[in-house]
Amino acid sequence: MKETKAESKRWTRIALCDDIPPREGRAVKVGNREIAIVNLGDRFLAIDNRCPHKGGPLADGIVSGTTVVCPLHAWKISLETGEGVNSASASSCIETLRTRVEHGVIFLELADNYRKGQEDGMQELPVLCVETGGTATAAESRPAT
Amino acid sequence: MKKLVVVGNGMAGIACVEQILRHSPKFEITIFGDETHVNYNRILLSSVLAGEKASDDIVLNGLDWYQQNGIDLRLGVRITGVDSQAKTVTGDDGSVTPFDKLLLATGSNPLIPSIEEVKKEGVFVFRNLDDTRALLERCRPGIKAVVIGGGLLGLEAARGLQVQGCEVTVVHLMETLMERQLDPTGGGYLAAKMNQMGITVLLGLSTTAILGNGKVEGVQFKGGGGIPADLVVIAAGIRPNVGLGHEAGLEVKRGIVVNDYMETSHPDIFAVGECVQHNGVCYGLVAPLIEQGKVLAATITGNKGPKYQGSVQAAKLKIMGVDVFSAGEIGDKLDGSEVIRYEDPALGIYRKLTLKGGKLAGVILVGDTADSHRYMDWLRTGKDLVPLRRQLLFPTPTEDAGIDVAQMADSETVCGCMGVTKGTIIQAIHESGVNTLAQLKECTRASTGCGSCTGLCQSLLKAVVPEFEEEVKRTICKCIPVAEDQLREILRSQQLKSVQEVLEIYGNGIGCEICKPALSYMLDMLWCGDHDEDRSARFINDRVHANIQKDGTFSVVPRIRGGVTSPDELRRIADVADKYRVPMVKITGSQRIDLLGVKKSDLPKIWADLGMPSGQAYTKGVRMVKTCVGTEFCRFGVQDSTSAGIEMERRFENLFTPHKVKMGAVGCPRNCAEATVKDIGLIGQEGSWQVVVGGAAGKKVRKADLLITVETTEEALAAAALFFQYYRESANYLERTYDFVERIGIEKVRKETVYAQDAAKQGLLERLRKSKERSSDAWLERDSPRHPTQFVQIKPLEEIFV
Ligand SMILES: Cc1cc2nc3c(=O)[nH]c(=O)nc-3n(C[C@H](O)[C@H](O)[C@H](O)COP(=O)(O)OP(=O)(O)OC[C@H]3O[C@@H](n4cnc5c(N)ncnc54)[C@H](O)[C@@H]3O)c2cc1C
Ligand code: HEM
Ligand code: SF4
Ligand code: FES
Repeated sequence: MKETKAESKRWTRIALCDDIPPREGRAVKVGNREIAIVNLGDRFLAIDNRCPHKGGPLADGIVSGTTVVCPLHAWKISLETGEGVNSASASSCIETLRTRVEHGVIFLELADNYRKGQEDGMQELPVLCVETGGTATAAESRPAT
Repeated sequence: MKKLVVVGNGMAGIACVEQILRHSPKFEITIFGDETHVNYNRILLSSVLAGEKASDDIVLNGLDWYQQNGIDLRLGVRITGVDSQAKTVTGDDGSVTPFDKLLLATGSNPLIPSIEEVKKEGVFVFRNLDDTRALLERCRPGIKAVVIGGGLLGLEAARGLQVQGCEVTVVHLMETLMERQLDPTGGGYLAAKMNQMGITVLLGLSTTAILGNGKVEGVQFKGGGGIPADLVVIAAGIRPNVGLGHEAGLEVKRGIVVNDYMETSHPDIFAVGECVQHNGVCYGLVAPLIEQGKVLAATITGNKGPKYQGSVQAAKLKIMGVDVFSAGEIGDKLDGSEVIRYEDPALGIYRKLTLKGGKLAGVILVGDTADSHRYMDWLRTGKDLVPLRRQLLFPTPTEDAGIDVAQMADSETVCGCMGVTKGTIIQAIHESGVNTLAQLKECTRASTGCGSCTGLCQSLLKAVVPEFEEEVKRTICKCIPVAEDQLREILRSQQLKSVQEVLEIYGNGIGCEICKPALSYMLDMLWCGDHDEDRSARFINDRVHANIQKDGTFSVVPRIRGGVTSPDELRRIADVADKYRVPMVKITGSQRIDLLGVKKSDLPKIWADLGMPSGQAYTKGVRMVKTCVGTEFCRFGVQDSTSAGIEMERRFENLFTPHKVKMGAVGCPRNCAEATVKDIGLIGQEGSWQVVVGGAAGKKVRKADLLITVETTEEALAAAALFFQYYRESANYLERTYDFVERIGIEKVRKETVYAQDAAKQGLLERLRKSKERSSDAWLERDSPRHPTQFVQIKPLEEIFV
């Protein structure tokens, strides 16, 4: 696992809780990249909207517990770790992003180098799991579901 | 041949005739039954009332059985007189029929307690199929139903009425529910369970009058007080139907008295079933009646020898989720008997064993009846339990969690309803070459009663017959460990309407990409579209009504019914393709046009510009009808296949199906539109249509089977509709018609669709009509999306500067 440099990260207001119905995901365009934000009913998780298999739109997948199933070839990806969890997808991984909810607004934590990456169009699929990745529960303001 | 006349076309009489047919000499048999139905399984009337079974499902011997055995069946004829000197019986149709031997199997009548004004509209009994149908017709969601009687029958009736939506109260004379089978503690546990299910139980109340002016309005209790009621069911017990016994001058006490050979006091008249009394006991459950029938069959055919020596009575309550079993002695007052009990109030489990002289004398199980087979065996065989004292209530668990068939004794009962032991089944397998469940049912009658022993029968077959292939109980996936056909029944009877609810009650609470769409379909079909649709449980295609492609874009296929389009439509399609820079426009293999590579956010706009309905090319639903030009233009055409195909597409479009349904209609057997390899095909011939089903031309190629040949187009469409709805209701999810038809067999498909009874056909068509009425063109969501962000890509609230 590569260490990401300690650079500044910033919480960014992304979407309203109401934009995403329970157990569904929505894609958000952040620069040149798409992030899938998924409403688990009690929290929102964010993950790259590119399946590690062939780039399928994970935001369009069926949610199963804390995983999402890619609509193209049914790879199952953990929304908490970004790792593949079924036999086909095991040992693959994509990036997860931290989320926070305040007053019905979903925030995403975007790192600077992540944003830089967008400038180059981020051609390659991200291959590292960000250790600090994962998610924050929106304890203080539960999303309206 | 000697003449055998049987009075009573019920369970005991026919079971006995089945036995008689195995003996020789043969008889010329006439059976009178005052019900107008062939022999059916009375036990399962409770399931019919609860909507878990249709009345056709409970038939035991169809008309073909009577024919094959040369039996003269006289349905709807009541025997009113017996002349035991002249040896004739007289029917209420005026017929006089001579007999050499007479078999009385008249069962019993519901016992009507002395209640004032009991003959009011809205007061029912629950004994036969007609009663059940009348009840089903009368009960409506929200009405108040009162069941008088808290025994097995009353409780099952109560549950059935509740499933039908009634507010149910059970009024019981005694202080204990099912007091003939349970002690006060067991009755208390049962009452708590019934209350939990939402059924009110009132104990120790004697009903004295039915209130209301001509029509039921309530019931009144002794000592004042009463409750309102729109419907009353009397289930206060049964009384052996012995009228003909008196007529014939037989010895009659409570029932017609028989000895161990099942002989009455007249040498040529015999009796079996609930109407007899043996050794002072009248039985009210099926298993003893079957045993009686076997003995009687030997006696009546001159093979006298086997004796009937009474039966241990065992009862099981057939209410899903309320497990109650009782057998043998239940009271505490037996001299010198020991009682062993176990209770867990939180789990609602109660077990009580009564031992006498080191042997089991009685057992009561509430809340968990998994061990009933073992206890039943101990009771019947009088097993010495002294060495087992430590394991009486909780046996040392066997390796696999289920019941270990190898460890069962041969004398152990497998099928409690029909009284079939393990030994009998093994014998049937070895001696009669039984190796499927169906053959086992036919040969031994095991598993034809309440059905709870089916699993056990299968395990036995598996253990003894090496080539036995278990009738695979297909479950959808491991999230819900219930067989798919059973699940459909559960959802129907438990009135479940949302995927999440089903998963929480019957599954793991989470679900996955396999079961969620399957459940979505099932609920849509069961409730004819009137369910709580949950988009999150559906595949992306069904969330946005387009087919997702390998790059995450979508394809758009408008409906072009029968493949017939117009210059105007084609122009609009061309304009849309230009306007949205659609990367590819393709003619599909189904006579339609596909616009490929469309962005999700453009979908609603494209649909609006096209102004055409969805072709459902993205879903498990009605795809299209491929047609040829038929009589319209073709030189060979003999039927107007184009119009027929377009009409068929109109009638079925917008509906969902277990898997996609592709259809075809051709104007003559040259079959240009390949209707013989479609799920449903109409094939025109001179003066008629062939309706074919279950064809395939995909990974698998299969020629469709002929369903029926009919004269008019309307008849052809009706036949197609019957099959279409039957497939929707009975196929497993993701089972194409060609697998479905092969699995069920075209004979059975025909019997349950085009050759079904009128009521069944009307049921299918009515449910199809309802579904159709509630369905609509999915693309209309362009104007009223399900969710504001259904099609749009979310833009970050905050601009992101890089
Ligand atoms: C709702 C319900 C649930 C039950 N559940 C269970 C259960 O779980 N387990 C169990 O073991 N038992 C159960 N039973 C009881 C079981 O069904 C009966 O014990 C069994 O059917 C009795 O069989 P029989 O042939 O003696 O009587 P029946 O099956 O009643 O047959 C008698 C037939 O004779 C006809 N008949 C009567 N008189 C005449 C006449 N004069 N002329 C012509 N025909 C005549 C009657 O109409 C009837 O069709 C249940 C019963 C009911 C009603
Ligand atoms: C004696 C045999 C046959 C005759 C006389 C015949 C005749 C015709 C005619 C007249 C048409 C034109 C209908 C129109 O105007 O659209 C046609 C179309 C067609 N036929 Fe046949 N046909 C025969 C057998 C078959 C068979 C065996 C197949 C395939 C299994 C077939 C497949 C088709 C198809 C796919 C079309 C439509 C072609 C298109 O869409 O352009 N035909 N046939
Ligand atoms: S199936 Fe018959 S009617 Fe239809 S186009 Fe072919 S030849 Fe003509
Ligand atoms: S792209 Fe996701 S499974 Fe193939």
